[in-house]
Amino acid sequence: MSATNDTSSLRRVAPVVEPGHTFGTVTEKISSIVLSRPAGAGWFFGISIAFGLVMMLGMCVAYLIARGTGIWGLNIPVAWGFAIVNFVWWIGIGHAGTLISAILLLLNQKWRTSINRFAEAMTLFAVACAGLFPLIHTGRPWYAAYFMMPYPNTMGIWPQFRSPLIWDVFAVSTYFTVSLLFWFVGLLPDLATLRDRATSRPQQMIYGLLAMGWRGSARHWHRYQMAYLLLAGLATPLVVSVHTVVSFDFAVAVVPGWHTTIFPPYFVAGAIYSGFAMVVTLAIPLRKFYGLEDFITMRHLENMAKVMLATGLIVAYGYCMEFFMAFYSGNKYDSFLAMNRMHGPYAAFYWALILCNIVIPQLLWLHRARTNVALLFVMSLVINVGMWLERFVIVVMSLHRDFMPSAWGNYRPTIWDVGTFAGTIGLFVMLIFLFVRTLPAISIAEMRELVAHTSEEQK
Amino acid sequence: MNEQSSKLYGVMAEFATPEELLEAAEKTRAAGFANLNAYTPYPVEGLSEALGLKRTWVPQITLLGGILGGCAGFGLQYWTSVIAYPLNIGGRPLNSWPAFIPVTFETTVLGAATFAVFGMLALNKLPQPYHPVFNVARFAAHASSDRFFLCIEAGKASFDGAGARKFLEGLKPASVAEVLDE
Repeated sequence: MSATNDTSSLRRVAPVVEPGHTFGTVTEKISSIVLSRPAGAGWFFGISIAFGLVMMLGMCVAYLIARGTGIWGLNIPVAWGFAIVNFVWWIGIGHAGTLISAILLLLNQKWRTSINRFAEAMTLFAVACAGLFPLIHTGRPWYAAYFMMPYPNTMGIWPQFRSPLIWDVFAVSTYFTVSLLFWFVGLLPDLATLRDRATSRPQQMIYGLLAMGWRGSARHWHRYQMAYLLLAGLATPLVVSVHTVVSFDFAVAVVPGWHTTIFPPYFVAGAIYSGFAMVVTLAIPLRKFYGLEDFITMRHLENMAKVMLATGLIVAYGYCMEFFMAFYSGNKYDSFLAMNRMHGPYAAFYWALILCNIVIPQLLWLHRARTNVALLFVMSLVINVGMWLERFVIVVMSLHRDFMPSAWGNYRPTIWDVGTFAGTIGLFVMLIFLFVRTLPAISIAEMRELVAHTSEEQK
Repeated sequence: MNEQSSKLYGVMAEFATPEELLEAAEKTRAAGFANLNAYTPYPVEGLSEALGLKRTWVPQITLLGGILGGCAGFGLQYWTSVIAYPLNIGGRPLNSWPAFIPVTFETTVLGAATFAVFGMLALNKLPQPYHPVFNVARFAAHASSDRFFLCIEAGKASFDGAGARKFLEGLKPASVAEVLDE
């Protein structure tokens, strides 16, 4: 779309919204996806597969609760397997949604407008998938409330507030709540639009109920904008704190490969990296199947590619520093771990990680790669795989060879591990599919604002 | 319920662009109409100033929520670790406050965010399913998509509806309508 002109030294930058749109066309185009467009065969096909995976998830969790964690490939020394890998992976994916909606808002980046809504939805669904794992990873979900929630109980005991696992409970639940509030506040004017444009009685009632009587009063906007800005300001440190706390789960332990101070920044960068990859994975089919190329333009894809490149380089720096510190510290356990990563039984995972997270994304330096939609889509999947491998490397490879050779062991996931993981992917996809059909995937009110700004600029 | 079949809530004018609305709002305010409100499909820059809106209490409410959340979070940890269930581990201090910071931070953010959202809604008197402005057909059809409305509200004092209508018609709006409270 951005025409490359060899004779001009400057490349024309693609607009954030294609010209020719008015308040009316923006409203019509986005709300019609929800209100009038029939769900196509592709949608039913997609959601059927996703729903099947959700059923499988239900089965895996039911069997887990019936039999206990023995059905997973866990044992000593690797007592944290897929559950924790998936937890960290999902929660990391969620981070891009908050980054786009909060940090880019504070930085006044206009291009965030057409991607923030579904990125925030992605955050909620990813955190929901993530939250499932700590809940079930003991095999006894009621333990989560039993040991983690500070409530007065007959035994007179209280949680250990000096433990990162308790910090995690507070961080993740706060993160989910604040993300939900942020999302809902953003949705409020759009729900009013849907209420006013809906033609069937049930739609009018449901959207009317959710819109809470929003009528776009200037007095309301006045407070709304202040509240939204404050929420963005609150979500910004929150999102950084969440993955920092998740990294504390590891960094506070003494296991080689976990006990390092680089973890918080490196986890946060990795979270944003994988999150942006997931936003790209979702944005490309969304704009294609719902004809939203005018709103999610090449500018968005290119900018997201640049963010991926930058955060990918921070992650690469993290890997290098981990490696350097392993030898520089002179700690034989750390240097053994570094060698084990490259040459141990799971070396293939490590090299696949380097390939997916560091080598292949270097293609994003090229303008041609950033503007090639198909390539970008493949690349986003590769990065998602790479980030999952990173968590596998951190969790499993650090545990399987710790201090005493007599305590070494190996980890092999069972079909139930894989089934649970695939099931959460199905849950995530199903929620995204339902979201696209029931709520505006792009913020209509903010798009109107963008249309007003771009038409002013043209004058 | 209401004995009077319909009461005049105000007079409303419709504009096609935000610039026209801003100009009209300024003129109407300059003409001395006290109870003014505008309705826009997105937050229009400068409209709050044009209508002379006072600053909002949302930041103070948010601050209050943050302080309460932070105190509650730290208080919970202090009370459980020092008073309710003290654990002496190698003589380390019971009030190990640096370890309490992450949870205190999270509850601060949680308190501030919930107060910001629910405070904003409460100040806006939402949820409010019925409002007289929805009785105007043009408003119900366009206010949440592509039109900009300015409303002179009747308020409590004696209100000259015809005069207000005449004034609004002088601003060359797309349409003018009486807002009736049924």
